[in-house]
Amino acid sequence: MHISNGMRWVLRIGTAITLAFIYIPLIVIAIYAFNQSRSQAWPVDGFTLQWFDRAFHNPGVRDALWTSVKAATGATLVALTLGTLAALAISRYRFFGRDTVSFLIILPLALPGIVTGMALNATFTQVLGVDLSLFTVIVGHATFCIVVVFNNAVARLRRSGSSLEEASMDLGANSWRTFRFVTFPTLRTALVAGALLAFALSFDEIIVTTFTIGQEQTLPIWIFANYARPNQLPVVNVVGLTVILLSIIPVYLANRLSQDPVGAGAGAAPAGGAAAAAAR
Amino acid sequence: MAGPVGWLLIAYLGSLAVLFVASLWQLDDFSGEIVHKVGFQNFQELIETPVYRKIVLRTVTIAALVTITDVILAFPIAFFMAKVASARVRALLVVAVLMPLWSSYLVKVYTWRIMLAHDGIVNWALDPFGLSGPGFGNVATWLVFSYLWLPFMVLPIYAGLERIPNSMLDASGDLGGRPWTTFRRVVLPLAMPAVAAGSIFTFSLTLGDYIAPTLVSSTQFIGNVVYSNVGIANNLPLAAAFATVPVAIMIVYLLIARRLGAFESI
Repeated sequence: MHISNGMRWVLRIGTAITLAFIYIPLIVIAIYAFNQSRSQAWPVDGFTLQWFDRAFHNPGVRDALWTSVKAATGATLVALTLGTLAALAISRYRFFGRDTVSFLIILPLALPGIVTGMALNATFTQVLGVDLSLFTVIVGHATFCIVVVFNNAVARLRRSGSSLEEASMDLGANSWRTFRFVTFPTLRTALVAGALLAFALSFDEIIVTTFTIGQEQTLPIWIFANYARPNQLPVVNVVGLTVILLSIIPVYLANRLSQDPVGAGAGAAPAGGAAAAAAR
Repeated sequence: MAGPVGWLLIAYLGSLAVLFVASLWQLDDFSGEIVHKVGFQNFQELIETPVYRKIVLRTVTIAALVTITDVILAFPIAFFMAKVASARVRALLVVAVLMPLWSSYLVKVYTWRIMLAHDGIVNWALDPFGLSGPGFGNVATWLVFSYLWLPFMVLPIYAGLERIPNSMLDASGDLGGRPWTTFRRVVLPLAMPAVAAGSIFTFSLTLGDYIAPTLVSSTQFIGNVVYSNVGIANNLPLAAAFATVPVAIMIVYLLIARRLGAFESI
């Protein structure tokens, strides 16, 4: 396709501006994590590792990290189980209301987090009479983590087709053997990718968490409680950088695992799906 | 197999239903306890209180401005990815746009708070030009929202532009269309469904957010009212009523977006 040289440069510059806009804040927070001074003024005075040490020994941060890990692990396990079951049901069986179900599974993504959070809060406290706790956070996170696992699994199942499973059944394997030796191996990397994304999503979620948590603090809740305390800011910077790294690394790995061999064209669909999923 | 999944859907839809029912309850004036009596007084309060009307208007205005800003910022990079970059660069750019989208949203807002502060990097960078940054307020909120949701706009537009055959752009050029004409009369109409798809996210996410307004501004958005009524004021029915506002706006928005073909582009 013909694009003039001038136009190419305009596009390159536009691309560079947008990329700079996206990445400058991430670089800035990384620099601040090493900032020697307690003050948050720019430019920074010098560099130090002492805030990492402080953050590591801060009991509030440690508890919050542990709570976040528990919540994310719980939500990921629930999502992995239910998301896979839903994906198998949707793509391998035809049943009444199938299209409705596949639309409803996506629903937690289309609604703002505050709606999901409020709805769950009202249900837990007013109708079920359940005390808000880590358990309610896991349930809350699971609603959107399921979608991520579901999306990954459905995309993989759609691509792999059902002929291998039919062959396995024709050769006399029952449905459990077929699942174990044919379906599951095909799905495995997609499930790992889905689980990594679900973990990342849960790990830095704050809105649904705020509405479903009791006395505990997750890392984002800890940051939200401390961002206005000048004394704590250096530690907040370190925690912030940690949270960014702990959410970017799983996403990078997931992206490599679910890399689409067909080509970039088909790759755009999972990208859009991931965008949809991260909409929480 | 569909058992647990079915239960989950029922639980989710059930809690949405509870949200709507709770929005019809009220607080006892004396005790501050929730009275399970159904009525529309919360919605009446929403409509009749000028502050609440102003908050809804402010939220929707900022959501619209954020959407427009993100379309403008997303188009060059999406077009570059879809039509100019080599396969390798394109794959790199997809990851480069995708990764920040997943990285902690709260930390990003917090970083902007540091950057926009009086002695922050924004003022430092603008100072040599005799300018100063916007400080905290509505402009900061607009900027931060545009930042946060930008990847949600880039990815659908990129996918949409990639689907446009190069031959169409060449045909427009061969028939004498200048680049701008080609963009306006060929690319833009064909990319419209993708833009609509992206705008669902930029719009919906702005409507429900209270973190960014809290950190970089002192003005209230829809999300702030919900948040403060659940937490501090402990008026769950009013919070529930206010939480239905984004739902109502989004339903209207989704109906419009569907007409523009957005659902084929998600």
